[in-house]
Amino acid sequence: MTSQSKAAPGDADANQAPGEPPAPGVVDRLADGLFQLVLSPFVEIGALFTVLWQTLVQAVRPPYRVRLLLASAEFIGVGSIFLVSLTAFFIGAVLSLQLVDGFRDFGAQSQTGAVVGLGMARELAPVFTALMVSSRAGSAITTELGSMRVSSQIDALVTMAVNPIQYLVVPRVLAGLVTVPILTLVFDVVGMFGAYLVGVHLMGLDPGVFMERMRWLVDWDDVRQGLIKAAIFGFTIALVACRQGFHASGGAAGVGQATNRSVVQNAIAILALDYVVTAVVIGQGL
Amino acid sequence: MGQASTPVETPEARADAVQIRIQDLHKSYGTHEVLKGLSFDIRRRKVNHIIGPSGSGKTVLMRQLVRLESPDSGQILVDGVDWATLHGLTLDRMRIKFGMVFQMSALFDSMTVFENVAFPLVEHTSMSKQEIRERVMDRLGILGVAAAANKSPAELSGGMQKRVAVARALVRESEVLIYDEPTTGLDPLTTQTVDELILETGERFGVTSIVISHDMASVFRIADRITFLNFGRVEATGTPAELLETLEPATLAFIKASGVSQDILDERSRNG
Repeated sequence: MTSQSKAAPGDADANQAPGEPPAPGVVDRLADGLFQLVLSPFVEIGALFTVLWQTLVQAVRPPYRVRLLLASAEFIGVGSIFLVSLTAFFIGAVLSLQLVDGFRDFGAQSQTGAVVGLGMARELAPVFTALMVSSRAGSAITTELGSMRVSSQIDALVTMAVNPIQYLVVPRVLAGLVTVPILTLVFDVVGMFGAYLVGVHLMGLDPGVFMERMRWLVDWDDVRQGLIKAAIFGFTIALVACRQGFHASGGAAGVGQATNRSVVQNAIAILALDYVVTAVVIGQGL
Repeated sequence: MGQASTPVETPEARADAVQIRIQDLHKSYGTHEVLKGLSFDIRRRKVNHIIGPSGSGKTVLMRQLVRLESPDSGQILVDGVDWATLHGLTLDRMRIKFGMVFQMSALFDSMTVFENVAFPLVEHTSMSKQEIRERVMDRLGILGVAAAANKSPAELSGGMQKRVAVARALVRESEVLIYDEPTTGLDPLTTQTVDELILETGERFGVTSIVISHDMASVFRIADRITFLNFGRVEATGTPAELLETLEPATLAFIKASGVSQDILDERSRNG
């Protein structure tokens, strides 16, 4: 039997441990709050890059979890086809409608197919696909991992000697990298179909001119530019979503806040990366 | 098991009886020091309770014990090996000795009960599907939840989830089982069932049980050894009878205020 300390609970000073400094004053807390505010973006970026590094390291280490990768690809990719197709159809349709109406003023409505095709391949398809995947799959990933975190399921993985980054993050990030470009191709095709339907069947454009002008302006390099962006967006969406869920805390409310941060950060990241990647690919603007 | 009197021990037997020795363990978060030099022993094949009021450092200690975190300084000697310093594969191999039953059971929502219990075997052994099935069903059968094998964890009651969590922790033949607040949020009847489960599991599988708890009634019912933490320090450690003899009146008042009846205290004082 040992007795190492004589401080008894239930004493008058029970809320403060013996020898601990007094609680900080209002000015100290205000200064601390401001400091945290300035520091928080750097903390976020640091945490994201830490998860990125761990993900890259774990991605090349066995075991390779193909079944989890396929399950994640099914969730992110297959599960998003309908939403992405629906978005693509209406984006293509409304773009066609606007362009025919706008170009008609100076007799250039024959260029509608070309402009829709170019905009779709380079910008609209990767950006809208990424935003849709972020809204649907990214938020769900954050919620799932956040729930696992606050209910100690991630800790349980660690105690069973299973690396949670390898088990949970790597398959999702790789699935995002692979499936978002495929979804972007789906967006391209369905979007052009929507544009064709409205431009040719509703607005009376000549179908041959519509298709020929598109083929004349849009080439493989434009599609490739969109696919490169989509791959970067897909990787980023899954990484940000996993990072937010993985480090969620504070119960159900904390998971909700993490999901909110995930969607907002992904939207900003997609739009910012879009500019950076475009500038790099076309070699100007940076 | 819980109420058995301790025979007279030689120094060698006493040393062997200690499975985990914690020495001068410190852990801080920023400037807040939570563990302030803990030193105590965990006895082999006994029910070792770690108790204390909220904020005393119980959960932080548990996180160091299962290496969810690393201590700032000090040692956690498991059978003589300081596992606070282990890393990588050596650490993973050492983890096999430990099974963890989390407060909320922490069963994987996306898997069935069977898949949850089979998970450690699928991940870390080369057992065939048939061998895994036999081992898992054996554990589930012993713990009385074999009928729930194909259910999802969400379909089970709190007590049954605890049983499944114990089955998962034991499926790889762990030597040490750590229970984090196993009776928190459970009704009195389920609490008693979980207490019995801890005792039965310890006896049947010969494991060392470490129970982190602030359910004093439960502690004095089943504990072989109790370590009382307060403000990150060990207030006292020993058998329940020793603890009751040497604690200060204020601490005893705290224990009684936590819901322990005088009858239980008297019985543990008499029986040790």
